[in-house]
Amino acid sequence: MNNSRDKILAAISQNQPVAMPLPDIGFLKGGDENPEEKFTTVLTTIGGKVLKVKSFDEIKALLPQHFNTANRVVTTLTELSDIAELNTGQPIDPHTLEDIELTVTSAHFAVAENGAVWVTEDIIGQRVLPFICQHLAVVVDAKNIVPTMHEAYQKIGNSVYGFGTFIAGPSKTADIEQSLVLGAHGPRSMTVFLLG
Amino acid sequence: MNESTVKDHAALADIFNKDEDRVNWHDETLWWIRAKRDKAVHQLPEWEALRETASQIKNNVLSNMSTYLQQFEANAKANGITIHWAADAKEHNEIVLSILQKHNVTRMVKSKSMLTEECHLNEYLGENGVDVIDSDLGERIVQLAHEPPSHIVLPCIHKKKEEIGELFHQYLGTPAGNADPQFLTETARHHLRETFLTRKVALTGVNFAIAETGEFVVCTNEGNADMGAHLADVHIACMGFEKIIPERKHLSVFLRLLTRSATGQPITTYSSHFSKPRNGEEMHIVIVDNGRTVQLGREEFRNSLKCIRCGACMNTCPVYRRSGGHSYHNAISGPIGAILAPNLDMEKYADLPFASTLCGSCSNVCPVKIDIHDQLYKWRQVIVKNGYATTAKKAGMQVMTLTLSSPTIYHVGGKAGRWVMKHVPFAVNNKLNPWYKQRDMPEPPNESFGEWYKKNRK
Repeated sequence: MNNSRDKILAAISQNQPVAMPLPDIGFLKGGDENPEEKFTTVLTTIGGKVLKVKSFDEIKALLPQHFNTANRVVTTLTELSDIAELNTGQPIDPHTLEDIELTVTSAHFAVAENGAVWVTEDIIGQRVLPFICQHLAVVVDAKNIVPTMHEAYQKIGNSVYGFGTFIAGPSKTADIEQSLVLGAHGPRSMTVFLLG
Repeated sequence: MNESTVKDHAALADIFNKDEDRVNWHDETLWWIRAKRDKAVHQLPEWEALRETASQIKNNVLSNMSTYLQQFEANAKANGITIHWAADAKEHNEIVLSILQKHNVTRMVKSKSMLTEECHLNEYLGENGVDVIDSDLGERIVQLAHEPPSHIVLPCIHKKKEEIGELFHQYLGTPAGNADPQFLTETARHHLRETFLTRKVALTGVNFAIAETGEFVVCTNEGNADMGAHLADVHIACMGFEKIIPERKHLSVFLRLLTRSATGQPITTYSSHFSKPRNGEEMHIVIVDNGRTVQLGREEFRNSLKCIRCGACMNTCPVYRRSGGHSYHNAISGPIGAILAPNLDMEKYADLPFASTLCGSCSNVCPVKIDIHDQLYKWRQVIVKNGYATTAKKAGMQVMTLTLSSPTIYHVGGKAGRWVMKHVPFAVNNKLNPWYKQRDMPEPPNESFGEWYKKNRK
């Protein structure tokens, strides 16, 4: 194995071109559009749903209206532990999450330009949790919406995570003659509760 | 399949073009995707600045490749990831098999990786007793059809829903004649869910590998890479070494460019960043050369290694749209395939750079500003110099050389040509004249410019 590594790196060192400078990307930034409006428009366009709420009580009231809460509902939020099964990352076999109807979790922030939310392992605990459920709901602080990916990565900075993901809307595919179908392998729907 | 590896692009395109309605359908579908890309792109006034920035970042990467790769390796290892290096496709396949055998695994789930197509991994594993299921819906469809993907992002863009319905009826037990995309996708969801839940080893590609942190990013719309990786005991990620980018923040540039270029979406549904293995699980990265170091050394063609595999060049290319990905008889088709493949085997892929009108649309849409159409032209020169031009082309070029280097032959030939076209048109307006195949011959002028000049300028 070492042999291939050394051979490859040696060939690369020999063949790579003369040094070209790394550009500064600091000039790239978002505009002045209202982030909440933009986020809502974009996420809705790509098949997600946005619900503006003032409190967790409001979320608790909305959940049974929008989802089949008679089936298994799992949450990572202690605020919702009285109406759902609380999962704060205890080491369990991820396969046991197979029958979840709805996962309700949170995100660090949202991105207006593409309707995405940034979720890391320290929030979801089990990495498969936001993928394996039939429906996904994410609570985001309405003040934590950045315009573009440039501000997003500034917010992420040098933070350390084992796993992190941008989630933009429900799982989807258009592989069959370009007909858009929601709910390919991941959640069939994705709802963001904008809190505040 | 064996037959198509003997035929060249022109012959394969001929076969594809026998069904004109189907070609129109294929053409319109891909152009529609190009139009979606345009709509998304025109919403960003900074689009050209993003392209230029991405291009410069990738130029910097090419020139510091060795340093960045070693940085990536060190950081990934520090996070608990095992790094493997594969000089060629054979070694890549052997490494993947060895990991599977170490874990006594004979069934694997895979998400989209064009690199593994390039290495013919599925066939190799099949021959060695490992069953591979491709979890991307488009890839699963072509897998059931025993075909390679025809597009790097839209694997079964060449298939009609009725054909997919028939495949699902045959292999997944759906009712005959059902071609409803919603129903078929739901069927695939159940079929593949069972796969995700039972496989111990998941293999994914790598969209971007970050030197600064040792993490890598996998982008999907379906969530299949995540469903595989987060339920498996072992996650193997395969990458060509050119997938490296310097710093995490550079992802902001590439993730803004990638999906808009590919499908017109602002971002894929999932952009998953993998840093460390899950507790108790294994994560492996296989870094692959397979001809890339040679391409890196080619001054005129190394920029092809900037490619982020968006497929925009395919969607816009008039030749791709009207000949289909399978006409390129290569894992990567279209314009980018035509400048990557001759490096791997100049003789086998000599036809690809000629499968172009040199319109330049590909270069225009490329998010990292690869000079694709310039490289297509330059490859033609390299291929001809190395003796791989077709016999007809060689002969044609020799006749042209003779005609253009002798004023007498040029004038006599021109006069004769004009006379024939005027008086005996059927001599050139027939099947033997390749120009006449789908074009009318131009109107022959009454006299050449030289003749007119002699008369009118004293």
